[in-house]
Amino acid sequence: MSSVEKAPRIEVDPAPAIEKDVDESPQMGVPLIFELSSSGRRGADVARVAGAKRGAEILGAELCREDLAGFPELSEPQVLRHFLRLSQLNFAQALQFYPLGSCTMKYNPVVNDELASLPGFAALHPLTPAHLAQGALAVMADMEAALAEITGMDAVSLHPAAGAQGELAGLLVARAYHLKRGERRHKVIIPDTAHGTNPASSALAGFEVAVARSNKRGFMEAAEVRRLVTDDTAAMMVTNPNTLGIFEPEIRAIAHALHARGALLYLDGANMNALLGVAKPGHMGADIVQLNLHKTFSTPHGGGGPGAGPIGVKRPLEPFLPMPRIVKHADGWAFDDQRPDSIGRLRSFHGNFGMIVRAFAYILALGGDGLARAGRLAILNANYVRKRMESRFPAASAEPSMHECVLSHDLERRADVSTLDIAKRLLDFGIHPPTIYFPLVVPGALMIEPTETESREILDSFVAAMERIYDEALSDPAMVKSAPHTLALSRVDEVEAARHPILRWTPKPP
Amino acid sequence: MRFMPHTDSDIASMLEVIGAHDIEDLIAHVPAALRATAAIALAPGRIEAEVAAELSTLAAQNRGAAGFANFLGAGYYRHFVPAAVRAVTARAEFATSYTPYQAEASQGTTQAIFEFQTLVCQLTAMEVTNASMYDGASAAAEAVLMARRILPGRRVVALSRALWPDYRATIRTYLSALAGLEIVELPFDPATGATRLSAIEQAATADLLCTVTGYPNGFGVIEPLGAIAATTHRAGALAISATAEGIALGLLKPPGDLGADIAVGEGQSFGLPLQFGGPGLGFMSARLAHLRQMPGRLVGQTSDHDGRRAFCLTLATREQHIRRERATSNICTNHSLCALAATVYLSLLGRLGLRELAERNVELAHQAASILAARGIHRQFDGSFFNEFAVSVSNPAAALEAAERQGVLAGVALRPDYPELAHAILISVTEMNSSGEIGRLADALAEVR
Repeated sequence: MSSVEKAPRIEVDPAPAIEKDVDESPQMGVPLIFELSSSGRRGADVARVAGAKRGAEILGAELCREDLAGFPELSEPQVLRHFLRLSQLNFAQALQFYPLGSCTMKYNPVVNDELASLPGFAALHPLTPAHLAQGALAVMADMEAALAEITGMDAVSLHPAAGAQGELAGLLVARAYHLKRGERRHKVIIPDTAHGTNPASSALAGFEVAVARSNKRGFMEAAEVRRLVTDDTAAMMVTNPNTLGIFEPEIRAIAHALHARGALLYLDGANMNALLGVAKPGHMGADIVQLNLHKTFSTPHGGGGPGAGPIGVKRPLEPFLPMPRIVKHADGWAFDDQRPDSIGRLRSFHGNFGMIVRAFAYILALGGDGLARAGRLAILNANYVRKRMESRFPAASAEPSMHECVLSHDLERRADVSTLDIAKRLLDFGIHPPTIYFPLVVPGALMIEPTETESREILDSFVAAMERIYDEALSDPAMVKSAPHTLALSRVDEVEAARHPILRWTPKPP
Repeated sequence: MRFMPHTDSDIASMLEVIGAHDIEDLIAHVPAALRATAAIALAPGRIEAEVAAELSTLAAQNRGAAGFANFLGAGYYRHFVPAAVRAVTARAEFATSYTPYQAEASQGTTQAIFEFQTLVCQLTAMEVTNASMYDGASAAAEAVLMARRILPGRRVVALSRALWPDYRATIRTYLSALAGLEIVELPFDPATGATRLSAIEQAATADLLCTVTGYPNGFGVIEPLGAIAATTHRAGALAISATAEGIALGLLKPPGDLGADIAVGEGQSFGLPLQFGGPGLGFMSARLAHLRQMPGRLVGQTSDHDGRRAFCLTLATREQHIRRERATSNICTNHSLCALAATVYLSLLGRLGLRELAERNVELAHQAASILAARGIHRQFDGSFFNEFAVSVSNPAAALEAAERQGVLAGVALRPDYPELAHAILISVTEMNSSGEIGRLADALAEVR
């Protein structure tokens, strides 16, 4: 063990600083906000109303609660310090290489956060009369047009809050389209490589799922689609490039096979970053496409959202898009919620506007040429990593990679070291692990999406770390299996968390 | 391009390693016909200063964002956001991380979510809360779906007509493709503005799956949630409460104490900017007994291998990436950063501040209602209200326009959603409104009543 070199690490102070109001026990890490609380403290002032009767008296005791027992009581600096300490326990794209496959962890331009926070956007109430919100409506209208151009679709709705909600919206649009034609179709075809949201959204949209098998080379054959499609098929959901990072070579034949039976092609745009200026979903025969602004269009992932999941459709499906739609009148932009064929709304108001502003600023910054360059450099980076890794971590498929590559390894067999162990050891090198164990069709998969905003030097250091881990797994497997070693915590016991769920803090009994 | 580090020599050397001559070689397998038409016909890229100037110009065209005495509410509320909230959410460590799949590298996010789950449980007096939903309306729809999993076989979903129109519409959309469910609307009492208990009694049959009522409701009226839940329970059904103005929970009896089985709502009031309606923050709390039917992410407490306290995502077997078409929901990304904002906001206000703020909102809104009444503008309903109330005027559209000319955004006309309330304007008063503004509101409306 003496030869263990600790890899570069993020600056985390594992021991709490000496400070009176912080629990110093090393067992405690950063205390919970509730544990820092002290009766009578406050961290924000509330303006008083002169001479008014107290709110509780106005409403009467009948309607009012007792004390907010257990709620935190801290000063403003205490609250700030608590959350800034917590922030230091996170890996993040801005700090670390974060090659999480299918998540497109590209740089999130900081200016976009600033622009979304301009008072004209941030302080705008959603029910402001349209003539007083023309700038916001113009952003949305221009954004719809830009996304239509990028995807080759005819109409775009910015309404859905996230990719999964976009999927639901798209599938409900498909359903409404068929119903309008007098057809109740029950089935959606989904490849075995698909993200879990595809079948989950299909179930929510009232469809039964038929699973299509990808071939040994890792892509979907039109023959398989022809075998499955019937007059009862509403749509097929295809992620292209698929989750193996492979461009579906038969995508147009798949579209033909579906259209021949009256079914629609739904293109999941989770991997749209690979297609920028390379191939437009609309030209592949897609009838519906859903995008993730937090992937391709650079809005911050926020530790798990908020994102935004616009959908684009071909003209015949436009009447079914969610409400409200943005329309141009003689006197400016307005919302239209009188659309009898629309599937309705899936949320309040008009969309995740704050994310739309950021993504719009990103599209303006890159322009058509910059977006095409981003797509190509993302593909270059993935192919570079794939090539450099091939001796130890071969690609799961021999097909060319687009913006991400899925690799496998033999360490499970050779050293009883799992993909999870590799992922945890990578943390010691200051690198966020790739997506692991996905797609499900590749045992022990490592799905790597470097994105176009990472430099060759970063990719080289990632490759070097992975090579080291591979060799270490053979020479000193215990080191890998017990990782991480350099973070504030060692391996977290997730089994225990599920076995005995503790989902909230409760005060210790006195 | 400033976001991409590749120099020409980087590209050349990388291509050499790959064994390609040109980047185009890497996409040569994409059908030529697709590549040929893939160019993106948008303006060329711009420098940062140009982008900032363009967006600033557009922002300035939103004249309604400033300069008006503003009384718009109806599901999204104007509240002061302490600077410390944004100081935390702007941290790249939080903002540019992703779903905390790797617990050891995500303790900041997971612990903050655990604190969020606790705070919402305290506010709602419920036992479990998830890591967040998109917004109040979609959380309400997910709550109905959750009820369906808890009580399969029951088919009637009873929505209060006084529930926010967006929430009702969202629930309808979410249920639109699912077989065997029927939505009925529970009328409101035109005098009080609260859901008619007699209507719930009529709906309370063995078929009833759940009732969904606003708390406060879409007229700002504080529903008798205890009686509604009790009546719902007599039919063996589930009572769902939906709160759009989260600040109200700082003062009103919590849904859990009144018998609600699932409490959902919108957390925008907890430190999120209005941002033209999104992103917001859906919250969802429930009884422990129904935990396994809950949608969305959950963070749990555990320990690391050295016995130190740790937090991680848990009970993932409910979720789409494991269960696929049998998952409790398709939700994947939620609104984590918004939940963080709410956690900071609620921690800052704390036990004393949140209640004071809620009381202040009640005081101001009631002050406004009496000032308006003194000027002959009377409330549409006489039910108790929190910080929002409907008034009756002869011509709402004309009144709102006239007020706007006086620099007052007086509220929202209810007529588009409620033809039966052709004269009603919904007015929201928060701590952001000064007494001077309330005076101007009264002047403006009195002129055209």
